[in-house]
Amino acid sequence: MTEKTKTISDSQRKIRNRRIRSEIIRYTVLILVGIVMIYPLIWMIGATFKSNSEIFTSLNPIPANPTLQGYVDAMANYGGKINIWTAMLNTYKYVIPEVIFTLISCTLTAYGFSRFNFKGRNLMFTLMLAMLFLPQVVLNVPQYMMFQKWGWVGSELYLPLVVPALFATESYFVFMLVQFLRNIPRDLDEAAKIDGCNAMQILIKIIVPMLMPAIVSCALFKFMWSSNNFLGPLLYVNKPALYPATIFVKLSMDSDAGFNWNRVLAISLISILPNITVFFLAQNQFVDGITAGGVKG
Amino acid sequence: MTKFKKLCKDNIGFFFCLPWLIGFLVFKLYPFCSSLFYSFTDYNLFKGMTTFTLKNYVNVFANETERTALIITFKYAFMTVPLKLVFALFIAYILNFKIKGVNFFRTAYYIPSILGGSVAIAVLWKALFKDDGVIHTLFALFGATSPSFLSDPGWALFIICLLRVWQFGSAMVIFLAALKGVPNDLYEAASIDGAGKWKQFFSITIPLITPVIFYNLVTQLVQAFQEFNGPFIITQGGPLNSTTLMSLLIYNNAFKVYDMGKASAQAWVLFVILMIFTMIAFWSQKHWVYYQDEGR
Repeated sequence: MTEKTKTISDSQRKIRNRRIRSEIIRYTVLILVGIVMIYPLIWMIGATFKSNSEIFTSLNPIPANPTLQGYVDAMANYGGKINIWTAMLNTYKYVIPEVIFTLISCTLTAYGFSRFNFKGRNLMFTLMLAMLFLPQVVLNVPQYMMFQKWGWVGSELYLPLVVPALFATESYFVFMLVQFLRNIPRDLDEAAKIDGCNAMQILIKIIVPMLMPAIVSCALFKFMWSSNNFLGPLLYVNKPALYPATIFVKLSMDSDAGFNWNRVLAISLISILPNITVFFLAQNQFVDGITAGGVKG
Repeated sequence: MTKFKKLCKDNIGFFFCLPWLIGFLVFKLYPFCSSLFYSFTDYNLFKGMTTFTLKNYVNVFANETERTALIITFKYAFMTVPLKLVFALFIAYILNFKIKGVNFFRTAYYIPSILGGSVAIAVLWKALFKDDGVIHTLFALFGATSPSFLSDPGWALFIICLLRVWQFGSAMVIFLAALKGVPNDLYEAASIDGAGKWKQFFSITIPLITPVIFYNLVTQLVQAFQEFNGPFIITQGGPLNSTTLMSLLIYNNAFKVYDMGKASAQAWVLFVILMIFTMIAFWSQKHWVYYQDEGR
């Protein structure tokens, strides 16, 4: 009897030991990878407070002699009419309209595709899905020529960036919203219809409130992508006074890297500060959005 | 008039999709077709077009620069995509155990992919890997000399890849959601049958999440073949053109020398390659992707 209990507890101990060991391995991997993921960002924040002579000499993200020189320099103009603040302002001059227009146009389109049958619906829907796989690289040249012909290149309103957003050109969001709409029961639409609502009223009063989580996800992703957009402004913004933050950061790197890294890094950090803030305020929506709609990343 | 009204009423959904249709025709279909047209011409933005030619396409395969750029693009994509996906799946697999602080880890891993597309992060990457950068200091700490990552043609492309692999977070989040969807009783049944953790992983987990693997594979591939920001900002295509991906070559041809015909042809070659890979992925789906609700 005692012998038997002993062997059982022995094997139990073995299992427990193994479980503890694999748990230790798991946490070690997670923490090590976590350090690799986060250290560069922490280092970057620390580096903005270091002097240029200190930046690359120590790995400690905490500066030995904290200085604000990087930030002071970051505020200065680069000779032209542009500094980091005007550049940031320029960024949001097109990011905010882009986000709003994308939400409106994509919601309308997704509603049309998922709730109505009309001539050519299936063909149009297939084409919309096909656009998910159409690489932008093949469109850049002719789009540029088109916008140039229309006199939109260098426009103060950033027309080449903003106007396409009015026409649901981001198939990802249409697709994502269609996926969400499938899960909203049609009974509500029917009930509203019987109560005398027209299609537009149903959309605004019934669909949009229920679709809100998905719309918020779209807004967040669009915000991130538009404010990170580099190639678009590189092609279509050609006056220094209109440069957005992405171009400004690139310029500052080209002119200062080598001797004034704390300035370059301070400018870089300021330029992504709004994105970091938005991410921390809404990280669950990001995760929900990416898993439910299946969004590129 | 009433007939027209009825037509409108029956097809009211069409009007909701009208903005999309206009956008599709103007910003997608027309550029798509005209790009094909330009690719057979010697169109220059300032000189205009003089003749039709197949030269652009011949050159993509005959010219050294273009051939090299194609090869580098392939290298880049086939390094980045598998590394990123394997890593994302591995980490998602670990996170799927009962982990304390799972939200903290998820956030930590996810931040780089949210911020990663920005120029600021590319600048950071340069600060890390430049010849006297952070990684250099790290090597020196162990008494070693680091290779000159960004000025050595053998290393530069890999460093550009790492920037994207570092952004495995969004693929990981998708994998994690899929792993959570694998029913627990399958694992229990398997462990009663004596299947170990690895066996379970390869014969239960992997088959059940193939749709998500497929999705991630296609989206990552499409992105990798078009990579532009990393090499453009960090290495400008150098050293010795070792990071000149097709997208950079297209940019240079189109917007530095304004040779729109040449750039269009290169873009089309890249497009056709991408389509072939996407098609292979879709076609091979029926052999390896398992959709639960449809059976096999």
